[in-house]
Amino acid sequence: MVIYGVYIVSKSGGLIFNHDHNVPKIETEKTFSYPLDIKLANENKKIIVEFGQRDGINVGHILYAINGIPVTGGQLDDGRDAMQVLENKENYPISLRFGRPKMTTNEKIFLASMFYPLFAIASQLSPEPKCSGIEVLEADTFKLHCFQTVTGVKMMVVAERMQAGMDILLKRIYELYADFALKNPFYSLEMPIRCELFDTNLKLVLEQIEKSGITNI
Amino acid sequence: MSRSSSRIDTKKVNSELVTLTYGALVAQMIKDLDNADDVSKQLERLGYNMGIRIVEDFLSKTGSGRCLDLKDTADKVQMAFKMYLGVQPNVANWSAAGDEFSFILDSNPLTELVELPDDLKNLKYCNIICGVLRGALEMVHLDVQSWIVQDQLKGDSNTEIRLKFIRRLEDSIPAGED
Repeated sequence: MVIYGVYIVSKSGGLIFNHDHNVPKIETEKTFSYPLDIKLANENKKIIVEFGQRDGINVGHILYAINGIPVTGGQLDDGRDAMQVLENKENYPISLRFGRPKMTTNEKIFLASMFYPLFAIASQLSPEPKCSGIEVLEADTFKLHCFQTVTGVKMMVVAERMQAGMDILLKRIYELYADFALKNPFYSLEMPIRCELFDTNLKLVLEQIEKSGITNI
Repeated sequence: MSRSSSRIDTKKVNSELVTLTYGALVAQMIKDLDNADDVSKQLERLGYNMGIRIVEDFLSKTGSGRCLDLKDTADKVQMAFKMYLGVQPNVANWSAAGDEFSFILDSNPLTELVELPDDLKNLKYCNIICGVLRGALEMVHLDVQSWIVQDQLKGDSNTEIRLKFIRRLEDSIPAGED
């Protein structure tokens, strides 16, 4: 029973809230000798594993650190270029830390606004009139549940495929939104929700649902 | 209150507290603006801003869907009156075209302890309700006009709030709802 994250998209399609819940952190550190038996590539200012999956280092993981020094945007924090360091034989044996790529806030905003037209297209593609748009989107590793309110706000939950009771959770999130975001006089509509009370109450509900199921939220 | 599963009851407060705070608000506005018409206008605006927020509360707690005709809307607003003011108004005086009707309140919690002084006879004391109605219905894509026809404060036997449907706000209806 895992809920990965909660997103709220405003009427005009902007991401106004996101919360990463229970995403397990996967990081592996290993010492390598020359030559490196994993094929790395520089993509979008990230160094990712292109080929050669082993010991928990999977294709698609990104390089986080070399010898404990963090790598950001293809560069080590001390200014050296990460790829050059890896090519130099004198630097070996070398310890590399790989991990699952994390989404940045910008990427989340981008994806949220991407979902908006998808939802609209789905409701227009429908062979039957009066289609509600996407309610559940299923993939092999997760299920996205979406609930659109009468006023046009979308609540989304990304959860494990087997997780039950998500429609009740979505309604509950809507109640929390009405209570703790909209009744906060300092929150202006359509703006990102930065209300601590909303955060804490949401976390409480999510924890409850994971621990004891949907019966008592 | 009318939550589909009645596990949590909405918090209730004494209606006198509402009457008094609202009274204090109006009195302060009269002091600040010293023009009854301006005060009425500001009250309506205030109500509008409350309406666009309170509607989400209503929808999330009742789980009600979209209205397909004005009678449906009238029923739901009636329910909302019960939820937020604790009074159940009568829906009456439908126009022939079915686009206009009145809420008739026998007792109005906002005016319970109030008498209007002579120099404020043209103040629309409960104009905030008209604003709330307009704001809340706008969020569910209905453009309406609302005004006070009868007022207990002005010697009428009950308070009558008229509501006129103008149009559906087609362009603001989100995908999947049209």
